[in-house]
Amino acid sequence: MNENENTAGPVHTVPIMDGEAIRRALRRIAHEIIEQNADLKSVVLAGIPLRGVEIARRLAEFIAEVAKIDIETGTIDVAMHRDDIGTRAELPMVHASKLPLPLEARTIIIVDDVLFTGRTVRAALDAISSFGRPARIQLAALVDRGHRELPIRADYVGKNLPTANREQIQVHLQNVDNEPDAVWLLKE
Amino acid sequence: MNWNRKDLLGLRELSADEINFILQTADAFKQVGTREVKKVPALRGKTLINFFVEPSTRTRTSFELAAFRLSADVINISASTSSLTKGETLKDTARNLEALHADILVLRHSSAGAPQFLGQRLKSSVINAGDGAHEHPTQGLLDIYTIREKRGKIAGLNVVIVGDILFSRVARSNIFGLTKLGAKVTLVGPSTLVPREFEKLGVTVSHQIDSVLPEADVVNLLRIQHERQRKEYFPGIGEYTTLFGLTKERAKLLKPDCLVMHPGPINRGVEIDSEVADGLQSVILDQVTNGLAVRMAVLYLCGGIST
Repeated sequence: MNENENTAGPVHTVPIMDGEAIRRALRRIAHEIIEQNADLKSVVLAGIPLRGVEIARRLAEFIAEVAKIDIETGTIDVAMHRDDIGTRAELPMVHASKLPLPLEARTIIIVDDVLFTGRTVRAALDAISSFGRPARIQLAALVDRGHRELPIRADYVGKNLPTANREQIQVHLQNVDNEPDAVWLLKE
Repeated sequence: MNWNRKDLLGLRELSADEINFILQTADAFKQVGTREVKKVPALRGKTLINFFVEPSTRTRTSFELAAFRLSADVINISASTSSLTKGETLKDTARNLEALHADILVLRHSSAGAPQFLGQRLKSSVINAGDGAHEHPTQGLLDIYTIREKRGKIAGLNVVIVGDILFSRVARSNIFGLTKLGAKVTLVGPSTLVPREFEKLGVTVSHQIDSVLPEADVVNLLRIQHERQRKEYFPGIGEYTTLFGLTKERAKLLKPDCLVMHPGPINRGVEIDSEVADGLQSVILDQVTNGLAVRMAVLYLCGGIST
């Protein structure tokens, strides 16, 4: 989810992470996931389209490299579970969710690029529960920019970044955006 | 692209991108049917009115189930139970429905253009569920969705539509949608019901079914609406079956991977033999299943934007 659709013309951009910083952050998250989950085979990395899916794929690669285990990945689309339907003049594409079933003994790690209000994560929790009842659900985000509107916190964070509410975060990932990996803060 | 239309009136005014957008959205909603909980909260709190001035069971039920799966509340109104029988105009009936805060109006009407008339005047979303001999866009979309699902593409396919094209809204929606996506469409039927005029829409017209069947990738048989046929247009049921029915013998002309489609309800032994309707090439029941996903997508997109 790109959490940058709420304000008008930003005037300057501040680089926050480059490709190498993103790589290191994701590598560290991969290590933390290995530490926190004794039974890695039960873990599913479920990305939120579009960039969360790409981040989940990269995390799975790092985990395969370090722990020699191929863990499963999935997609969790939140569009049909959002609480702001009917308030936007345009609707983006809905993608099919894909999770390995049954979920009952699994640990689902929701993966997204930016954690902001927490409403996307709430929708993801709702979407997951329509597929079944996982043993545990955890949350990983590349950037946590604060301003939560719901009681939600991340288990794994690449970078904590204090922001003003009206600032925007822009994430570029090579395979999704066709731009070099980078995180920017857009200030007014 | 993003979706920004509140109404679905026909496929004629949609771009190829918009049609593909609906089909891809339907992919996501088809998957909802495989979940443990087959229901999503997308239209929770919204009210949908199924306003069917002409009788219909399958289209109305399909819209109703699609609305349930999206958590909308549904009211059904048919011609016989509405005040239209007391002389109320369509516009007044619709304004009353809107005064009840209906968010989505699904309209079937015998007059072409009725959904457009209401769509321009109401804040609610208006979905055309068939208007006269004009369009039946969700039927066209579910036919196209089914072809795309089974064959993996639309562009370049030979699609043959057989029957009463002149009075068929299903045929028109199929023609507009399929030609926009690059299919080659051939219309077949008696010259009274398939006039050469249709060639202006970018399709081929034929009156000889046996010569077009061997090349077909898809054969879509329209229902012969014998309750509506007038003698001067229609040769009679027996003669129609002899000349244009997809009989067991005629089906041998088809390529082995040709799809056989029918929007239902089928007249067994008239436009199609039972052996063909129930045969391996038939995707008639897939069309019904896909209709649900396509209608969920349309209700979600048109009913989900702010107006």
